Amino acid sequence: MKFTLSWLKEHLDTDEPLEKLADKLTMIGLEVENIDDKAKALAPFTIARVISAEQHPNADRLRVCMVDTGNGAAPVQVVCGAPNARAGLISVFSAPGTFIPGKNITLGVGTIRGVESRGMLCSAAELEISDDHDGIIELPTDAPVGQAYAEWAGLGDPVIEINLTPNRQDCTGVHGIARDLSAADMGKFIDPAIKPIKGEFPSPVQVTVEDATLCPGFALRLVRGVKNGPSPEWLQKRLASIGLRPINALVDITNFMTFDRARPLHVFDARKVKGNLVVRRACDGETLLALDGRTYTLDSSMCVIADQAGVESLAGIMGGEASGCDENTTDVLIESALWNEINIAQTGRKLGINSDARYRFERGVDPAFMVPGLELATKMVMELCGGAPSENIVVGNRFGDDRVIDFPLTEVKRLAGIEVPLVEMKRILTHLGFMVAGTGPVVKIAVPSWRTDVHGKADIVEEIVRIVGVDKVPETPFDRGEEPRKPVLTTIQLRTRRAKRALAARGMVEAVTWSFISKPAAELFGGGQAELALANPIASDLSDMRPSLLPGLVAAAQANINRGYPDVALFEVGQVFKGDRPEDQFVAASGVRHGFASLEGLGRSWSGSSAADAFDAKADAFAVLAAAGAPMQALQIVPGGPAWLHPGRSGTIQIGPQNVLGHFGELHPRALEALGADGPMIAFEVILDRVPEAKRKPTRAKPALELSAFQPVSRDFAFIVDRSVKAGDIVRAALAVDKKLITDVTVFDVYEGKGMEDGKKSIAIAVTIQPREKTLTDQEIDAVAGKIVAEVTRKTGGTLRG
Amino acid sequence: MTDLAQLESQILADIVAAGDEPALEAVRVAALGKKGSISALLATLGKMSPDERKTQGAAINLAKDKVAQALAERRELLKAAALDARLASETIDVTLPLREAPAEAGRIHPLSQVWDELTAIFADMGFSVAEGPDIETDDYNFTKLNFPIGHPAREMHDTFFFNPKEDGSRMLLRTHTSPVQVRTMLTQKPPIRVICPGRTYRIDSDATHTPQFHQVEGLVVDKASHLGHLKWILHEFCKAFFEVDHINMRFRPSFFPFTEPSLEVDIQCRRDKGEIRFGEGEDWLEILGCGMVHPNVLRACGLDPDVYQGFAWGMGIDRIAMLKYGMSDLRQLFDSDVRWLSHYGFKPLDLPTLAGGLSS
Repeated sequence: MKFTLSWLKEHLDTDEPLEKLADKLTMIGLEVENIDDKAKALAPFTIARVISAEQHPNADRLRVCMVDTGNGAAPVQVVCGAPNARAGLISVFSAPGTFIPGKNITLGVGTIRGVESRGMLCSAAELEISDDHDGIIELPTDAPVGQAYAEWAGLGDPVIEINLTPNRQDCTGVHGIARDLSAADMGKFIDPAIKPIKGEFPSPVQVTVEDATLCPGFALRLVRGVKNGPSPEWLQKRLASIGLRPINALVDITNFMTFDRARPLHVFDARKVKGNLVVRRACDGETLLALDGRTYTLDSSMCVIADQAGVESLAGIMGGEASGCDENTTDVLIESALWNEINIAQTGRKLGINSDARYRFERGVDPAFMVPGLELATKMVMELCGGAPSENIVVGNRFGDDRVIDFPLTEVKRLAGIEVPLVEMKRILTHLGFMVAGTGPVVKIAVPSWRTDVHGKADIVEEIVRIVGVDKVPETPFDRGEEPRKPVLTTIQLRTRRAKRALAARGMVEAVTWSFISKPAAELFGGGQAELALANPIASDLSDMRPSLLPGLVAAAQANINRGYPDVALFEVGQVFKGDRPEDQFVAASGVRHGFASLEGLGRSWSGSSAADAFDAKADAFAVLAAAGAPMQALQIVPGGPAWLHPGRSGTIQIGPQNVLGHFGELHPRALEALGADGPMIAFEVILDRVPEAKRKPTRAKPALELSAFQPVSRDFAFIVDRSVKAGDIVRAALAVDKKLITDVTVFDVYEGKGMEDGKKSIAIAVTIQPREKTLTDQEIDAVAGKIVAEVTRKTGGTLRG
Repeated sequence: MTDLAQLESQILADIVAAGDEPALEAVRVAALGKKGSISALLATLGKMSPDERKTQGAAINLAKDKVAQALAERRELLKAAALDARLASETIDVTLPLREAPAEAGRIHPLSQVWDELTAIFADMGFSVAEGPDIETDDYNFTKLNFPIGHPAREMHDTFFFNPKEDGSRMLLRTHTSPVQVRTMLTQKPPIRVICPGRTYRIDSDATHTPQFHQVEGLVVDKASHLGHLKWILHEFCKAFFEVDHINMRFRPSFFPFTEPSLEVDIQCRRDKGEIRFGEGEDWLEILGCGMVHPNVLRACGLDPDVYQGFAWGMGIDRIAMLKYGMSDLRQLFDSDVRWLSHYGFKPLDLPTLAGGLSS
């Protein structure tokens, strides 16, 4: 919403300076977005006369001018490149040190091709008052040399632009803004009563409203014998000052009323209207050539004003070209109506029309001002264009609901924490147009018709607080209450933050990728269900909710590879979707590694460079699970995984087949190809929600520690087994031999190849035997060793390597 | 010179001449070994008269001790020399570069870091953290939050929708984390003090908007909390978050469907060559919206607005992260460019705490 200071002063009797008014507007909720104060910006620019303009000695296109800057000062030499610089021209001069807004520079004394120049003659573009940069400004010969240009040119009226919140339709007119300012003590509100204008004859045009829900009210009046033409200069200037193009008096009056009174109107050329008017739904396929020169195809959801010839106007949004007013108009129909807000918004959106009328009607105009608005417009038409008015035709006249709120005076203190005396409350509300009855403790407050946003006690509190000033509300320390200081994060929140730190500590970099991915990528990872596909995706590759973080991470890794960073380790901890119910959303922790991005470090190194492999992914997955508090001893590793993993180089982490916690391994070459990524790439994904919740113990104490006094004994065994035998089974078999004595089994060598029979491999384990009660004899140790060999042989079919 | 003296000087000369430990050992064996020259002399004592034995014995033992001492000294010398020689051959090139330790190379995304910072600040004020699903119902995202029918936010061009179900209802991607407030009020009894951080979605894509972004909202519902408390909390928060002693704030009346009265909050700052400093300067920067929970919202969540009252606020996590840490382009937060992440990200051990400093 834009207006000028002088316009505001038509409605507000005030001597307050602009800055103070602007600050107050912002502080009462009418946020000032911009003030275009040309008088201030252009203050140093003065009117000057070119005394002489001679050809520059060293440049064809330049002239050396002597300029009279007025006030008896000596002529100033200025080098000027404008083609219209000539002796006798009155133009605009800026002295060295002036900031030139259109060029964003501060002028200095310059020497141009060997000739000194002490200032500049300016074009309109350099002053940012128009785009015209063809030459320097030409002023009438009687323009006063030496005077400030902006003031003389009438640019001294600052334009104020406010960022209006959608609830304040009453401030889409200057009148309403002035009312708010007057309540805030910024001046006296000028609000003379509007006198009805008596009609001189019955209206020859009748109106039928077919659907009162779309058009709750419609008022119409004919003014006969008008003389239309350019509107008076004051009106043209007023409209131009806020960027509106003056058209003709009748049209300008409607635009003026829109911005002055938040009352959009429409004028029809009565001679172009055939028969009576009907307000109805458009027929599907009906078209209208609108005043913006475009033809719109309408449908039955839209409301129109039609005559016998068809649609003449798109209700509350834009008039039609056919019945528009021009300089030949002699009889004018003025329409002032009420429209259904939602319908206006939907129609405007559907047709892509953003008109000043739509802006107001979709917010809901003051219903009680429909007829007074028509009277005011009639008065203006008669003043500017003459003519004789008909009687009003009014169909449906809604004055708005009678809203009376029972308001306990304590409510302000209760909700806003500030004491406001009743007198002050009453003063504020009355200035805003409310009526207050009673002295408390509960008063009755009647809401003015234009405040369609006010319905209850909280709204009244807001009115009082915003005018008193939110800055007056004292900050009150907030008591954190009796609650003990204890952790506030839930289990999944703790797991999430720990998983992130654990993975970052492993040299991985945290990425945040999109929640939506392409449908093929979603399908590849088990997603792509109908209920997870967006109806209105922003792009085709951001169409489906992700079932896994990996498609996003793989794409991110590939983007880094493409940028020339092939050694990359990325992770993400975030939401994945298996369905559209809350319980179908999980938190996954996932990572990918590519190139030389193993745990030892990034890139190649003299100390050895290893490409990331499936075991890095396994280690990453285990790090996350440990950080998330998973029961590490209970985890089972099953070879293989989902189809997106390499079938021979992948594993599934589970606690029994019913609870799969995650997967790790090398990504399947086909999956990589489908995702457009270069392999090999390794990956893991763990669902943090699936980690069983640890039992909460009554105390934080750790279990007692038992330290054995006896030295542990280590024995090595190498077994030759079939290639298909899993190392994990050998380890488990060895551990199972004596759960008390055997405390650790590690695999320290795996060998297959030369010297080994085809289809066989050698696995060497080191077993730690921890005596508990006494040092073991050689015989006792040998007995345990024998059992280990027997058990491993029995479970795996292996033989002890000779 | 006696034979003994001659022998002794010969052996001592051999000791000095021994160039390494094996040579010295040979000298020792030749002198003091079972068949060594001094051992042989000692063996002759038995055949001597007691007097002769006394004088000769003392002399031979003296020579033996001298030789033993010389051997020991020479051995020490040779051992040290051998060690020096070995070490001299064992040099490494200490200028070979180290690999960066994983904990130095890994990074936490700035959003995660700021998320932890927010948690630290609000946990200290007695708030817990509530979360909810990204896929929401129209009812929780709009209706219960007092968005009127026909509000532009409910349109397809602002909000991501899923396809309608058989009953005509359609799920959507939440446009703010306010539905978490609704869920909290529906399931918890006041007093309620929660912050709701989370991912949110709107159809928007330009330099300052991305289709997904992150918000943190706060909600207090009890029987006494008012605007004064809200102002205090937000002031405390801004000082703690931006890590400044003073910060001027401006609370302006505004409008949101779910609060009444509604306010927007600006903080004072100074912009200087792309850097923003808070707590000084002349500019105002809008950072959040807030207000008293609208009576219609309380009612929709089963709370009597004449008994219960409270306030809520919301701000963009991405935005405050960018402001605090000087990141200029929102889109880069979701670009996963390792150069950007390494630069703007945080090390895994940089844990934000109030005791140790949020950004230490």
